[in-house]
Amino acid sequence: MVLDRREVVRDGSPREGGRATAVRLALMAVPLAFFGLFFAYPVAAIVGRGFRTDEGWQFGRIGEVLSQPDIAGVLWFTTWQALASTVLTLLVALPGAYVFARFSFPGKQLLRALVTVPFVLPTVVVGTAFLALVGRGGLLDEVWGVRLDTTVWAILLAHVFFNYAVVVRTVGGLWAQLDPRQEEAARVLGAGRFAAWRRVTLPALGPAVAAAALMVFLFTFSSFGVVQILGGPGYATLEVEVYRQTAQLLDLPTAAVLTLVQFAAVGLVLAVHARTVRRRETALRLVDPARTAHPPRGWAQRALLGGVLLTVVLLIVAPLAVLVERSLDAPGGYGFGFYRALQEAGAGGGTFLVPPLEAIWNSLQYALAATAIALAVGGLAAAALARRAGRFVRGFDALLMLPLGVSAVTVGFGFLITLDRPPLDLRTSWILVPLAQALVGVPFVVRTMLPVLRAVDGRLREAAAVLGASPLRVWREVDLPLVRRAVLIAAGFAFAVSLGEFGATVFIARPDHPTLPVAVARLLGRAGEMNYGQAMALSTILMLVCAVSLLVLERLRPDKTSGEF
Amino acid sequence: MSTTKKIAGAALAAALGVSTLAACGGGTKKDDGAAASGSPKSKTVTLVSHDSFNVSEPVLKEFEQQSGYTVKVLKSGDAGAALNQEILTKGSPRGDVFFGVDNTLLSRALDNGIFTPYEAKGLDGVKPEYVLDKQHRVTPVDSGDICVNYDKAYFADKKIAPPQTLDDLVKPEYKNLLVTENAATSSPGLGFLLASVGKYGEDGWKDYWSKLKANGVEVVDGWEQAYNERFSGSAGGKKAKGDRPLVVSYASSPPVEVLYGEPQPAEAPTGVATGTCFRQVEFAGLLKGAKNEEGGKALIDFLIGKKFQEDMPLQMFVNPVVKDAKLPEVFTKHGAVVEKPENVAPETIAKNRDQWVKAWSSIVVK
Amino acid sequence: MTLLRLEGVTVRFGDRAVVDAVDLEVAEHETVCVLGPSGSGKSTLLRVVAGLQQPSAGRVLLAGADQAGVPVHRRGVGLMFQDHQLFPHRDVGGNVAFGLRARGSAKPEYEERVASLLELVGLPGAQRRAVASLSGGEQQRVALARALAPSPRLLMLDEPLGQLDRGLRERLVVELQGLFSRLGTTVLAVTHDQGEAFALADRVVVMRDGRIAQAGTPLEVWQRPASEFVARFLGFENVVPATVSGGAAATPWGKVPVPAGSPEGERRLLVRPAGVVLSAAGLGCVVESRTFRGTHVALLLRPEAGPALEAECDLTAAPAVGDRVAVAFTPSEVVVLPAA
Repeated sequence: MVLDRREVVRDGSPREGGRATAVRLALMAVPLAFFGLFFAYPVAAIVGRGFRTDEGWQFGRIGEVLSQPDIAGVLWFTTWQALASTVLTLLVALPGAYVFARFSFPGKQLLRALVTVPFVLPTVVVGTAFLALVGRGGLLDEVWGVRLDTTVWAILLAHVFFNYAVVVRTVGGLWAQLDPRQEEAARVLGAGRFAAWRRVTLPALGPAVAAAALMVFLFTFSSFGVVQILGGPGYATLEVEVYRQTAQLLDLPTAAVLTLVQFAAVGLVLAVHARTVRRRETALRLVDPARTAHPPRGWAQRALLGGVLLTVVLLIVAPLAVLVERSLDAPGGYGFGFYRALQEAGAGGGTFLVPPLEAIWNSLQYALAATAIALAVGGLAAAALARRAGRFVRGFDALLMLPLGVSAVTVGFGFLITLDRPPLDLRTSWILVPLAQALVGVPFVVRTMLPVLRAVDGRLREAAAVLGASPLRVWREVDLPLVRRAVLIAAGFAFAVSLGEFGATVFIARPDHPTLPVAVARLLGRAGEMNYGQAMALSTILMLVCAVSLLVLERLRPDKTSGEF
Repeated sequence: MSTTKKIAGAALAAALGVSTLAACGGGTKKDDGAAASGSPKSKTVTLVSHDSFNVSEPVLKEFEQQSGYTVKVLKSGDAGAALNQEILTKGSPRGDVFFGVDNTLLSRALDNGIFTPYEAKGLDGVKPEYVLDKQHRVTPVDSGDICVNYDKAYFADKKIAPPQTLDDLVKPEYKNLLVTENAATSSPGLGFLLASVGKYGEDGWKDYWSKLKANGVEVVDGWEQAYNERFSGSAGGKKAKGDRPLVVSYASSPPVEVLYGEPQPAEAPTGVATGTCFRQVEFAGLLKGAKNEEGGKALIDFLIGKKFQEDMPLQMFVNPVVKDAKLPEVFTKHGAVVEKPENVAPETIAKNRDQWVKAWSSIVVK
Repeated sequence: MTLLRLEGVTVRFGDRAVVDAVDLEVAEHETVCVLGPSGSGKSTLLRVVAGLQQPSAGRVLLAGADQAGVPVHRRGVGLMFQDHQLFPHRDVGGNVAFGLRARGSAKPEYEERVASLLELVGLPGAQRRAVASLSGGEQQRVALARALAPSPRLLMLDEPLGQLDRGLRERLVVELQGLFSRLGTTVLAVTHDQGEAFALADRVVVMRDGRIAQAGTPLEVWQRPASEFVARFLGFENVVPATVSGGAAATPWGKVPVPAGSPEGERRLLVRPAGVVLSAAGLGCVVESRTFRGTHVALLLRPEAGPALEAECDLTAAPAVGDRVAVAFTPSEVVVLPAA
């Protein structure tokens, strides 16, 4: 019986000293340069601009802004709704993660791709879909007469809707590879089913759960559209305030203070996360995920599967279905009228809008570029962080997460005033768009790959080396196959994030190559039935592109039993 | 275990990735290269604008052919964000011409000195009431009215007359019918607030909003939501079971409903309450530090030329500012003529905007 | 010819020397077992030889060549890990073929070798089996086949039979011994199990706290433990302080005869249980327990003076628990050890 959670001697232990540090620094060079140049520097510059006047630095604004009661209120609401959303998302999505990891059932891959779809949808579209569920005349209203719009519940549920996939994919990815025999071992030792889960599986999953919680928290902490649309103007997050102060009022001092507050809050969360989680990461015995999944057995497992499927259908499929329904609900009955109209864009009324095929192509190009950048940067960072780390490296880890908690407008405006000189005059270059999107993608790549990389038993690498495999070969034949799944999941995230990214993209001066979300936003910004219908049709296409891309990505998995790679 | 090779491999992969990207970008978006480098003799002229900017391809092509310039359009965010980005990059602008400052933002643009004065050819053809800057740092390009729209079917059903003025909106027969946008984040929302300021003055507007609040005005975040979700007269609103027959939108919305109806209805399903309007005027200006000043000037001339002015209504759903530009038929037939829009001086707006919005929020939202 | 030679190899983790100035030689075709309790540094020694651990001082020479700076994968040694470390993402065949492929073998070639190795370890045709479906013993065999596949010039085994049940272990020891002598493999194994070490090894090296406590053939070590530590580690409990002079030693048990030529003075004395014989007269003891051992009975005696004594006697002559007996000592089973 394998109860394999012993301490493992790692490459990074002190006795390798200088060499290991050098290796780590070398691995970190690219990610450090990336973050320095495309995050730290621009954000520092825009914040600095807020504090510096002709007479020098002015920090008096900090106290002034913070003493405003409405700012305190915004901070409080931002924090508690993020915490509540995170807890709720975990509660709803952890059973989902289990079901996706351990059960095999027909349509599983499709469903897994589907739950990631909310991720790519523009918030305006999601708002529409969600109101159809919880708003006036929505499903809940029709059946039970319950309306949740303009309540905080709508916000929380929408956050679950958005972030369900984060938990399912991050936690489920690791869960599927945990050796079920460990739990069985505990059960044989007399632990009940739940106790075995709590004592064996939960601690093993801990880092992944914490990583998912952290990302959900950061996402909801910086929530913008969802809060505005579903909560109504009565609810505002820090993100909204920063946006207002920067983009609308150009009150840079206030925006700078608020950005620092964001930093402080996010930094605090990262510190708590680092304290509680980092030391618990241990080597786990990872197995082939295909081996751990089985059809549900017994009524309890079937009920669990049923419950999860029901949740997914109600919470995720139903809102998406509303969009599809509306995209098909053309004048003169259901049909593909709006889709046909998309092809004719440019003809109707002499209006030149985006040919949708071009928007799809643009989106895919940007997303591929952003995914490649995120994988390269995030992969190197994860490889550096996987080596057990000192304080400096942990700080780096936190730095990588910060973009999730900082307003897109801050970053976008920062780009403007920093990347304006050759050789880095990127302000009008297309590459800025995937770079900005990759900023959001990198944390996903790191968070998804790190737990798995850390869980790879160092002695497997040693075994390979002793058998004559060069370091490159070890990486290719041991690390890569074991983390391949995580890499694909990470790539899926980065791709989805970038496909649906709107916030950062929209503040960057873009040559006129609209992405799908931008095209949807443009259509929704106009009156008229055809525009609305085409927006719904284009959203549906965006969903399909996302789902298909993710499915293709999952199919890339090679046959596990073959010895050839 | 030695990891040097591993790093080398990874670094190589990263480098390859980046160079592949560069190659892909170079291959597919060739047109960007020349513009970014922008030599003084550049044949590229760059227009920076907000997301709503649009022009039909033949019209733009014609300008390019006649002038010999290639036009590159950069869009960055909504009107406020786009302007603020220009202010931040003052002196080292991303383009040559900026289009999209409206009268609510005009003072900020002028105070920050981002524009070089240029008296456009053809300015004498522009309606004089729109030429707000006598130094010609900015040139008016279009105007549009933010007005309450109503759902004709609703009022026909209920056999009550639709409201026409701001005063009407606080009457009991229109209780719980109006939806507007957040003035803090939405441009029409702010416009409607300014309409009330224009009508009732800096002292009276708060009182008006208290009454409006008492009469059940609903505030949502943005226009998309108000118009597509809550308004019963729009296509989206019908699907979403919107129940508000009054919405703050644009005077051009009814013609657009006709234009994008399928099939096009003989009559617009919505109407405009012409006594509730705030007029937005959008300006363009030559950016200080422009790399291609000559091209920029030609572009501004083009923006107030008849071709562009007559193209605009169907692209951006705004009205031309030149006297002899003809409106398309769909506008003359279904659009509303707003005789007396409410007005607030740009300097007054600039000075009070934040404070008004805060006061407004505390009345309506809290 | 000496294949492996360690010269003053030292490994420090912080202040603690885990391996302390170890000199060791392993000749070609020899099987050497490093024996020691856990924490004695024996696994670290293997890691140093494999290149997985940099020594803080000293040299590792393989066939006369200093291995400093030679990376793990170029040393041409094999290491079978304590818990096998089979690659979970590969099947049995993929695991065994790994080292062959790393060395650039072509497919038909290595497939043949994999098949013959699997046969050799008693798992014919197991190529396509998943490693997760293997029992502990089978994993062991696969790990062994994997380690043998690239024909390493030195095969190192870390607790090769540690996790197996007794029957399997005893059978495998015999199999391994036969296998190694047939293949002519040079083997360096570490174990904490003396039985395993004595059964496998041509030479045994006992380690204590990073140092070599004794090296020699199993027989030498067994017969003449070099220290009280080695004696106790081999399972001998009858060790007492003694003053040796003139062919006898004064001990808490009274006078004990020692072999001729034993060093004199203040010493420690080991009496192997076989040297404690029941006799008509001698040290009076009470039988505290008796354990049936198949060929003999092990007795634990409580003497009138001195610490408890372990003794062996024939099945037929075994006294019952509580009986009073007298014992005498056989000089040939007595070993004079250095003072502690």
